[in-house]
Amino acid sequence: MSYLEYKVQTIPSGARKILYANWAIALLLTAVACVGFLMLTSVAGGDFDRWAEPQMKRFALGFLVMLAVGMVPIWFWRNMAGLAYLGALGLLILVEFFGTVGMGAQRWIDLGFMRLQPSEVMKISLVMILSAYYDWLPISKVSRPFWVLLPVGLILLPTALVLKQPDLGTAILLVAGGGIVMFCAGVSWWYFIAVVAAGVGLVAMVFSSRGTDWQLLKDYQFRRIDTFLDPSTDPLGAGYHITQSKIALGSGGWTGKGFMQGTQSRLNFLPEKHTDFIFTTLAEEFGFVGGFSLLILYGLIILFCVASAIQNADRFGALLTLGVAATLFLFFSVNMSMVMGLAPVVGVPLPLVSFGGSAMLVLMGAFGLVQSAHIHRPRSR
Amino acid sequence: MKKSSKETEESAGLVTRRGLVLAGLQLGFMTVLGLRMRQMQVEEAENYRLLAEENRINMRLIPPSRGIIYDRTGVPIATNTQNYRIVIVREDVPDVDETIAKLRRLVPLDEDELEKSLREMYRRSPFVPVTLADRLSWEDVAEVAVNAPALPGVTPDVGLSREYPLGADFAHIVGYVGPVSDYDLSKLQNPDPLLQIPKFQIGKIGVETKLEAQLRGQAGTKRIEVNAAGRVMRELGREEYTPGTDLQLTIDHGLQNFAQARLAEESAGAVVMDIETGDLVAMASSPSFDPDLFVRGISTTNYRLLTENKYRPLFNKAVQGLYPPGSTFKMMTGLAALRHNVIGPGETVWCPGHMNFGGRRFHCWKRGGHGWVDLNTAITESCDVYFYEAANRTGIDRLATLCHEFGLGERFDLPVSAIREGIVPSTKWKAQARGEQWFPGETLNTAIGQGDVLTSPLQLAVMTARIASGKAISPRLIKSVNGIESPIEEAAPLNISASHLRLVQQAMYNVSNGRRGTARRSRIVTEGMEMAGKTGTSQVRNITAAERARGVVSNEQLPWERRDHGLFVAYAPFDKPKYAISMIVEHGGGGSSAAAPPARDILLYALYGGVPPLDAYPDDQRERIKTMLSELPIRPRQEPSKTPSRA
Repeated sequence: MSYLEYKVQTIPSGARKILYANWAIALLLTAVACVGFLMLTSVAGGDFDRWAEPQMKRFALGFLVMLAVGMVPIWFWRNMAGLAYLGALGLLILVEFFGTVGMGAQRWIDLGFMRLQPSEVMKISLVMILSAYYDWLPISKVSRPFWVLLPVGLILLPTALVLKQPDLGTAILLVAGGGIVMFCAGVSWWYFIAVVAAGVGLVAMVFSSRGTDWQLLKDYQFRRIDTFLDPSTDPLGAGYHITQSKIALGSGGWTGKGFMQGTQSRLNFLPEKHTDFIFTTLAEEFGFVGGFSLLILYGLIILFCVASAIQNADRFGALLTLGVAATLFLFFSVNMSMVMGLAPVVGVPLPLVSFGGSAMLVLMGAFGLVQSAHIHRPRSR
Repeated sequence: MKKSSKETEESAGLVTRRGLVLAGLQLGFMTVLGLRMRQMQVEEAENYRLLAEENRINMRLIPPSRGIIYDRTGVPIATNTQNYRIVIVREDVPDVDETIAKLRRLVPLDEDELEKSLREMYRRSPFVPVTLADRLSWEDVAEVAVNAPALPGVTPDVGLSREYPLGADFAHIVGYVGPVSDYDLSKLQNPDPLLQIPKFQIGKIGVETKLEAQLRGQAGTKRIEVNAAGRVMRELGREEYTPGTDLQLTIDHGLQNFAQARLAEESAGAVVMDIETGDLVAMASSPSFDPDLFVRGISTTNYRLLTENKYRPLFNKAVQGLYPPGSTFKMMTGLAALRHNVIGPGETVWCPGHMNFGGRRFHCWKRGGHGWVDLNTAITESCDVYFYEAANRTGIDRLATLCHEFGLGERFDLPVSAIREGIVPSTKWKAQARGEQWFPGETLNTAIGQGDVLTSPLQLAVMTARIASGKAISPRLIKSVNGIESPIEEAAPLNISASHLRLVQQAMYNVSNGRRGTARRSRIVTEGMEMAGKTGTSQVRNITAAERARGVVSNEQLPWERRDHGLFVAYAPFDKPKYAISMIVEHGGGGSSAAAPPARDILLYALYGGVPPLDAYPDDQRERIKTMLSELPIRPRQEPSKTPSRA
């Protein structure tokens, strides 16, 4: 199928496309990234060069990538979806053998100028392939068991590879991200209800098995869960990071302790303060006002994406936009839940704010897809 | 595949519906996040803020400088000196072994200490400074400072440590300090947090421990910020310490030094007291020990040397030593008899050399007897029978009451360790202590200072001062606190008639100056300086009837620990009493030969404020005295280093 199937007379072409990009989203992304530069300067003790400067360069590169991807017609990306998925899958298999294991157990491939995490690429590729799949699938078949199992397979295959690394955080994001695309595509509620019910049942069974003969988890695994549920039981052990993170966050109060005045961050009570726990520093130094503002920025990005998607008659573009927005949502909500003690520490960075190259580039590329979908949306409706 | 327009419409509607549901769910979860943030940062912020402060702020104590102890002239006895030490910070040292090897070539390192320090260093965090060597000379520290570039991580450091510039002279009075031990802590209900500082010095014995509360001072505090690993980041605030209170003793450093030196060869104790004020101007106990050994932490070998010495250097003979007063007690017996009018002032008693009483024979030291003796002769020649009779007529309880009035059996409240009250026997005392009834024969033993009566040199000095003044003078050791003079209490007159007292004083004068006085050899010949005294010899063994028949073995023939104690009490000048002295020379033989001569020398030093002039001694003794004095290891008197008062 081709792009020309739609009524194309109002679709911009050539360099004029750039004027039709979703500048609101681009502006919001830049705002979030600027919060990142500020916080990276703060956690480096005022040293701009250490983390903020490389991060800024990467964002600039990512911004160009976004525009470049956005200029390319959306149907090209739809046609590339299968290839991207296979490529990402191949990379995931490749890192199993040749990758380097770093902190947080994520595997990457050193490309020389940057470290590429195939699992990051997979998050977007998965959203692409699923969007393309539902674009292709007639609506009447969407909820038929066979046509449901197929995308489930597409999701579980990379998830299994990522779990093997082992990277629980990314695995959860893959399943959730894929599930959201399926949900948006219109898969029957009952499937989701069944999965949630099965999950709750499994958790209930695991917990009720504790202390019995048929105990499903090892004792130490139970203890980890205990520590998550109540970090104060192990304040200097596994619960230390969560406890310190909550202390930092809570002690920020309404308006925070001021830029570079966060005692918890500055005195190294916080772990990974430039990556996974950067939100804690933000909340400590700028308080509820600072943390909530960032939440609103993210919320606006989601809203603009949803608005763009529901205006978009192109099924692929709409699903892709919703999928990318959902990926962003999953990133920051899991990260924030983690530092606030609502979720266990799984090692998910705060998108566009945490220090990290490949995550930022991949995310900006994904927003390039959103831009492409926005620019090239059919305007006949 | 070709899509119908209808299907496209339907699909777009579905995506819109599902997209809005999803957006709703996402916004819902973000609301949860926002509420959680609000709960933590607004409602519970105060809690978390407190936790964050607890995390980062530590309180550290600043040890105060200990109060300085001066003698009565302002010469420091206990001071704080710069203690030079070498400190190592492990994380700054590239190669510990190599650095230690280099250091070993520069300064003397004690192997045991070094091993202990290194173990501590590896146990603690790498940034914690650990002391490698302590109490180094300034030269050693300078050596390390000069070589600093070659010794990264090693720094010279300075702290305060107690020093006793007069060494052993004041070991028994002032005592010493030492690091707080677990035992010290276990004795305290609410220990000062200062005591938790490693190696913090507190008083262990003597004035140092008795007046610990005043000397210690108040700790300062500093609030410091620490990071997660406990490293000190910066100081947030500081409250300076209050230094300990300075004390001034009534002891004269020169006299004390002279007394210690004069008694160095003996196992002896002596107390010199100012009769007008009660000031203790010297309290000697010989042999003494070096308090510095204890400040550093004494080695087992050195400690055993001190404890196994039969002269008991660690024992403060001046206040802790209890001895039968022997004949020095006879003034008490005489005064009691006079007060109760059982023997008239001029009344005589027949001394045949013994007295039969209750089926036992009580001997006089003079086998042939003294003949008719009155009080004057009895004291001068130390006749025992006179006092047997006097005590027997007075009764033990009336005698005991008088003794207490003169300070015997009393515990004086002085800030020195191990003050003992001794024993003044009475019927009540015997019933309590032994559960037995008093036998009249015991009164006779008590009369001459034998039997159960036990006194310390301090008590004998007080007794002598009270005889000399007729007032209930109390001893005083602290002259001023922080430059403020301690008040001298006006002493109440004793309940003794002046004429009776005069009689005893005159007899004591005769002891020292009379033709037949037992201490005549130890008289002072300078006019206006004459001494009044009383010798005493206390047996430490029983003389059996058989031995007495054979002839009593002389002291020289006995092993040291079975010889008699020599005692002497005296005051001078006779006309205008200024100083009282008591002296005990353990197993020194007779009081007149062992105790009286050094007592005279010390008393003369006190009277003259320096080494006694030879013309105070009788002609025939001057040569010998001159040699003796010139050989004494005495220190020249010192000038006060600074005024002890802090106006």
